[in-house]
Amino acid sequence: MRFDLQIIASWITAGARVLDLGCGNGDLLDYLRQHKKVSGTGIERQEARVAEAIARGLSVLQGDISVEVLDYQDNSFDYVILSQTLQQVYAPAELIRAMLRIGRKVIVSFPNFGHWLIRMQILTTGHTPITRELPYQWHDTPNIRILSIKDFERFADEIGFAIIKQVAINTHHHEERGNIIRFLPNLRATYGIILIGKGDKA
Amino acid sequence: MSEYASHDKSGVSVGLVEKKHLTFATEPPGLVLESGASLSPVTIAYETLGRLNPERSNAVLILHALSGDSHVAGYYSTDDAKPGWWDNMVGPGKGIDTDKYFVICSNILGSCMGSTGPSSVNPGTGSPYGLDFPVVTIADMVRAQKALIDHLGIPKLLAVVGGSIGGMQVLEWCISYPEMVAAAIPLATTTRHSALAIAFNEVARQSIMADPNWRNGMYYDGRKPDLGLAVARMIGHITYLSDEAMRLKFGRRLQDRDAFSFNFNVDFQVENYLRYQGTKFVERFDANSFLYITKAADYFDLEERNGCCSAVDAFARTRAKFLVVSFTSDWLYPTYQSRAMVKAMKKNNLDVSFCEIEADWGHDAFLLPSERLTSLIRGFLERVASEAGVKSHAL
Repeated sequence: MRFDLQIIASWITAGARVLDLGCGNGDLLDYLRQHKKVSGTGIERQEARVAEAIARGLSVLQGDISVEVLDYQDNSFDYVILSQTLQQVYAPAELIRAMLRIGRKVIVSFPNFGHWLIRMQILTTGHTPITRELPYQWHDTPNIRILSIKDFERFADEIGFAIIKQVAINTHHHEERGNIIRFLPNLRATYGIILIGKGDKA
Repeated sequence: MSEYASHDKSGVSVGLVEKKHLTFATEPPGLVLESGASLSPVTIAYETLGRLNPERSNAVLILHALSGDSHVAGYYSTDDAKPGWWDNMVGPGKGIDTDKYFVICSNILGSCMGSTGPSSVNPGTGSPYGLDFPVVTIADMVRAQKALIDHLGIPKLLAVVGGSIGGMQVLEWCISYPEMVAAAIPLATTTRHSALAIAFNEVARQSIMADPNWRNGMYYDGRKPDLGLAVARMIGHITYLSDEAMRLKFGRRLQDRDAFSFNFNVDFQVENYLRYQGTKFVERFDANSFLYITKAADYFDLEERNGCCSAVDAFARTRAKFLVVSFTSDWLYPTYQSRAMVKAMKKNNLDVSFCEIEADWGHDAFLLPSERLTSLIRGFLERVASEAGVKSHAL
């Protein structure tokens, strides 16, 4: 399993109720079911991935995450996960608020646009950066937003939710191994993974 | 529903099966129906495949649609031209695996394939019921199936599975007998018949009733309203396909000719197809049964029944795990109707999976061989069986 998903899995307590938004073919949910005995649900847009996840015995719904989260009752889940999808969400503040309503805790991960390679590319080439983590051209990217770990921290403060824990990692997202970055994470990490609680203002 | 049945390409089949009958409600008050009328006695035709495990926990009930019957898979004899209507899904190693599950399929109340319906003899008169047969509902069909499941000594069904009108029965089972259903697979169906669906059914019924041979439903001693029933079936077939399906299957291709006939014989392949389906249907189906079953579908509305006023309330008592499947080109029960049902299930914190399968073949896609549908059903059933602690003799 991908290194970022391994970190997310390590944060989930055994037997928890988990909702994975943009669950793909269900790798994380399948792992959590086997190793953490969670009760898991996934939401995914693409039919082929939904079908693969259901065929392997997972409970998965085909639909748009921003719409599907609205149907659940408050605190229906212990964890609501949004893994590497935030940068594709049209209304991120509304989505995270909805996630915090239906879940006790929220886990968000995203590619870090503050990484030094990205800064260097803009500075030296003048072109929109293309990296392993953000491999698209400006005109064909599904990533409609770009954000750094620092951006997310400020966003949390503005919206009013509490960052309980955060880990910055350096890896290609298909690799199973990676490093945790503790020194200058916004400059050196390729991904940020954040555990959020409801906070005072939320 | 048998239009698509064909020998399995892989040659795998459950083999020979036998149609059985259960007669019950022989004593007053008989089977009391939703309308308040009662029916006595009631006979239900059914078939079973595979073996019931000693714990009686591996039973899967399959519910058929408008024109189906209890013959879901396998053959009655070695020289049958066709197997049962869902042979591509039901059999050893198939999506609904008869090596693991005890599969039951019963003919619905009001049909003409062995269960009590308008063509059955009314014990009060000694003649066929005709229109004296009481109007039955989807809930009545399910009540009759419940009697069969009780008779078979099954305390709880592992799963109920069905498409279209069969899917309505699936939903009705989950609501009428929530303690008896562990999991449910409603396919290409709806929680309430739409005005569009009612409209098609009404045109079909009018076609039957306009046939001079129909004679208020008392035609069993003479010529039958074959023309009316054939046209009704033609209308049905249009709703089961889609614009895309018809374009791919027929286009504007002509039938056995190079130029227009400039008369009203068959010119186009699509005309030939509809006429053929209509003519074939009258050989095996009773026009009155068509009236009764379409009426039952039109009355179906989970949202306005059971003393409740919304789909969310309707699912409040069920604890079943759901796999809901719709098809992109189904214009009879479009995906938005499946989504509405999924939404109501989610609001009740039910365990629900949902997939919209990309398919050109319209409403009938649920009956056609599909790797995708097969793997969805197989994976879902394996999970719910494992979560229910089911041991089958093959596991």
